Amino acid sequence: MSNLLKKERWSPYLVGSGLGVLSWITFAWMGKALGVSTTMVRATGAIEKLAVPAHVESNVYFVKYLGTAAEPKPVFEWQFALVVMLFLGAFLAARLAGSRFREEVPALWAWRFGPSKWLRYAGAFLGGVILLFGARLAGGCTSGHGISGGLQLAVSSWAFFISMFASGVVTAFLLFGKEGRDHV
Amino acid sequence: MFENFFADSMTLFQGALAGLVFGFLLQKGGVTRYSVIVGQFLLKDFTVLKVMLTAIIVGSVGIFGMRAMGSEVALHIKNATLFGNILGGLIFGVGMAILGYCPGTGVGAMGDGSRHAIPGVLGMLVGAAIFAEVYPFMKAEVLGVADLGKATLDSVSGLSPWWFIALMTAAGIAVFVVLERWERSHA
Repeated sequence: MSNLLKKERWSPYLVGSGLGVLSWITFAWMGKALGVSTTMVRATGAIEKLAVPAHVESNVYFVKYLGTAAEPKPVFEWQFALVVMLFLGAFLAARLAGSRFREEVPALWAWRFGPSKWLRYAGAFLGGVILLFGARLAGGCTSGHGISGGLQLAVSSWAFFISMFASGVVTAFLLFGKEGRDHV
Repeated sequence: MFENFFADSMTLFQGALAGLVFGFLLQKGGVTRYSVIVGQFLLKDFTVLKVMLTAIIVGSVGIFGMRAMGSEVALHIKNATLFGNILGGLIFGVGMAILGYCPGTGVGAMGDGSRHAIPGVLGMLVGAAIFAEVYPFMKAEVLGVADLGKATLDSVSGLSPWWFIALMTAAGIAVFVVLERWERSHA
């Protein structure tokens, strides 16, 4: 067991099975489905509320997740706790194997766009903006739609999964080309 | 201003436990790495597909199995607002190929040591803020188009969910066998 925990990489089939079993537990015991991107809405709403509370309280999208001033819903709820501890879980897994590594500019990105740290950070930021906008429009991300929705045979989730995969492949080839495959 | 900020402690304990396992598994699977995610989109490294399909198959067998045996396990189906699901998926794919992470793996990547995942997650917060501002427009113009409600493959077709689970499992195993062979011959 301790050897397994210290191993740097596990078989993708073992990890996938683990995620499947984790879903059994969240559905049956916790009454929840794995998801991540709604937490970004709650976090953003809570941060904006510090600066412009009236604006957040009148925005229908924030009200949907955070409630109103009269009837507030918890910001830090099940999924928020999940996202915070997801960070720690990944940290522990990497530390146990001694495989944690500080990456500022990935090799593929550096080959295509140069070694500038700030250009990569700007690209990552832009990618994050686009990604989450898409997730909220679709109603979920790779975990909420991809895993949780896919296993429930939801039409919405399979439509999302197929379109995001196709779009990711096209975008990656437009960005890096066929030659990029030699630099991953 | 933040009355009722925290959910009850049992809910938080359960979420924390699920998150800890989730993050641990994602890192061990290698999907908290930029090269693995972008390698998938460049059709070179199929780790992401293997992890996701296995999770979907194992998850569905267990959850539909528990329901078939009489357990009251509630489903959490998201609305099939098809135009939004597809357009959102296309936008998501562009962002994921640029960032090299999705929301869950991005947070996990920060734990795994990635520095560029930090501006990525900050970007996600900004993306959420922008969406909140345009939500009324999206709700009126996009989310109502091709809205099938809480549709599932079994409810739409009228077939038993087990047909789809069997099909997914068979297709998944066939894909895995082909991939493993292809990887061995290209190693």
